[in-house]
Amino acid sequence: MLKTQEYCLNFGPQHPATHGVFQVILTLDGEKIVKAEPVCGYLHRGIEKLAEARTYTQVIPYTDRMDYLAAMLQNLGYVQAVEKLMGIEVPERAEYLRIISGELSRLTSHVLGTGVYALDIGGFTGFLLCFREREKMMDLLEELTGSRMTLSYARIGGVADDAPEGWLEKVDRLMDEMPGYIEEYNGLITGNEIFQARTKFVGELTPETAVNYSLSGPVLRASGVNYDLRKNMPYGIYDRFDFEVPLGTNGDCFDRFYCRVREMEQSVRIIKQAIEQIKEVDGPVMGKVPKVLKPPKGEVYHEIESSKGIIGYYVASDGSNKPYRVHVRRPSFVNLGYLDEMVRGVLIADLVAILGSIDIVLGEVDC
Amino acid sequence: MLENLFVGVADWLRSLLGGIGFLPVEIAESIVFLVKLVAILVFILINALWLVYMERKIAAYMQARIGPNRVGPKGLLQTTADIGKLLCKEIVIPKNADLVVFLLAPVLIFVPTLMVFAVIPLGKNMAALDMNIGLFYLLAIASVSTLFFWMAGWSSNNKYSLVGSMRVVAQMVSYELPLVLSLLGVIMIVGSLKMSDIIAAQNSVWFIFTQPIAFLIYFIAAVAETNRTPFCLVEGESEIIAGPYTEYGGMAFAMFFLAEYANIMVICAVTTIVFLGGWHAPLGLTFIPSWVWFFLKMYALIFVVMWFRWTFPRIRVDQLMGFGWKVLVPLSLANIFVTGIGMYIYRAIGW
Repeated sequence: MLKTQEYCLNFGPQHPATHGVFQVILTLDGEKIVKAEPVCGYLHRGIEKLAEARTYTQVIPYTDRMDYLAAMLQNLGYVQAVEKLMGIEVPERAEYLRIISGELSRLTSHVLGTGVYALDIGGFTGFLLCFREREKMMDLLEELTGSRMTLSYARIGGVADDAPEGWLEKVDRLMDEMPGYIEEYNGLITGNEIFQARTKFVGELTPETAVNYSLSGPVLRASGVNYDLRKNMPYGIYDRFDFEVPLGTNGDCFDRFYCRVREMEQSVRIIKQAIEQIKEVDGPVMGKVPKVLKPPKGEVYHEIESSKGIIGYYVASDGSNKPYRVHVRRPSFVNLGYLDEMVRGVLIADLVAILGSIDIVLGEVDC
Repeated sequence: MLENLFVGVADWLRSLLGGIGFLPVEIAESIVFLVKLVAILVFILINALWLVYMERKIAAYMQARIGPNRVGPKGLLQTTADIGKLLCKEIVIPKNADLVVFLLAPVLIFVPTLMVFAVIPLGKNMAALDMNIGLFYLLAIASVSTLFFWMAGWSSNNKYSLVGSMRVVAQMVSYELPLVLSLLGVIMIVGSLKMSDIIAAQNSVWFIFTQPIAFLIYFIAAVAETNRTPFCLVEGESEIIAGPYTEYGGMAFAMFFLAEYANIMVICAVTTIVFLGGWHAPLGLTFIPSWVWFFLKMYALIFVVMWFRWTFPRIRVDQLMGFGWKVLVPLSLANIFVTGIGMYIYRAIGW
């Protein structure tokens, strides 16, 4: 008698399409997924525990290594949380430098997300073209901070160093060229019929589900929910810049991807405005901060809009120079919560497309 | 003079062997035939090595980088280095793999490709074996290669390979139909399956102009048959790693790798013969020998196939089947219908 059988396939930790060491235990019927069980924790390094044995400034390099693709934004969240706890004022010039390097980090993260998504769907050339731009941005960040990827640029009370001579002009020039590059990506990847056939109407997410599952970032905005922390609860000096929040309509993979591409254009706008405005601001890049940081007893929770979604830092202090507890609300971890239900009934190729469109970073998922 | 280089060599060999008094004519003929086949084998295998290098260089230049440029002048010896490395590697046999089938698959993968080249005319009067069912033989043998991909995936004790080989069978079988049906239009016009007749019928107008839709359908189906992007879900690297070839290492992997390039040569050669006029010189430039024209046209098509690979993303398995059965098959049937009506009207008018 002919019968079919469900089999178990390990979309294992070692796989080119899982964006890191991430395992999904699939139960398949032919090529259709019946059940998907995500298993994370392969990259768990105990950052939250380590933070309890380090001083407040020593925790900053650990925050880089969570979402290593958009390192400045992670630093920013933590540093602003501690500043909120201690009530420290940050000088103007430092705020502007934070914005410029933060939006540059967001650009590098989105550029990589675009390229790697093209690679997952099968267009190798898109991947290498995106990395060409990422190299240029990482060179700029290296000039500013000394490190390409794990920046550790923010300090409690300001930033580590001022921008070197001529750096702002270089950034300006790159931002002038970026729209041309984004056009290239749109021509090669976004407009391609095969790409659209693979991503449109795949993995649809309704706005209610997205809100109920606490999804955030481009994943939420692609479903049409207009919630961007930079506009809804502005932190730092984001209220001085004029930019739009791109929204999607269907909440499918294509919308999530395209939201990121349009967010790149908006980041370029913000950086250009910041470079214009920083020319009039001169001054120190570090505020009045005591040598040994001992925040008053208390706790604080501060959220910012990172490239992957909303990252939240909970810092509890017991009066000593080491934090009592640091907990991070990581967007990639929360965004993965809905994966199991989203991939029921689709093919393996769609699993790759959906996972790529959520754009996770395993350093952040596992912390 | 250059035109008859290879034909001249064959004639010289025949006369040389005929000069040896005691050698009967049949044995002399078979020795000449054997030399022809060995020459074709050498041609195919050297081309396969060159195509590996060409693909890597073309991919690199399309991706804003340089590609192999260290091993040998301009990186030309890269493939030799690769084959040398693969020869020294161990062929790891997975536990509980079906040993005979596992080892037979890479051995047999080259067989259909090489068999097919016996009927392909590489220049004027340069087909090793000009059968009067040439095209039919070619299509029949080329479709046997499905079996060997299936064997490779089935015998490795690996679920990814199994998924990959099932996809291969589905894909190659579905795209056989548009492949064959699109050629039927040309065969109807020519009236014969012999390869040299098909080329002779194109001495005024190439079939790409009289059968453009058949050309497109044939080219797309042929790219799907060789498992190249956008139909490369067999070896859809970012999903099932290397599909049926996942468990193979060393020379066994090299066999699959080279067979893919040899298959590309086969389909481009057939496209050239059937649609692009074979060895006919376009625009009357007959001072370039016919075999050089064949070679140039084949390589132009190979470049287009490689261009496809580095531009397009991969198509999904259900979309592939839908496209094959719901779009290409009806289109090729419509093409046959229109060709038939066209031929009838043509003859009725008496052109």
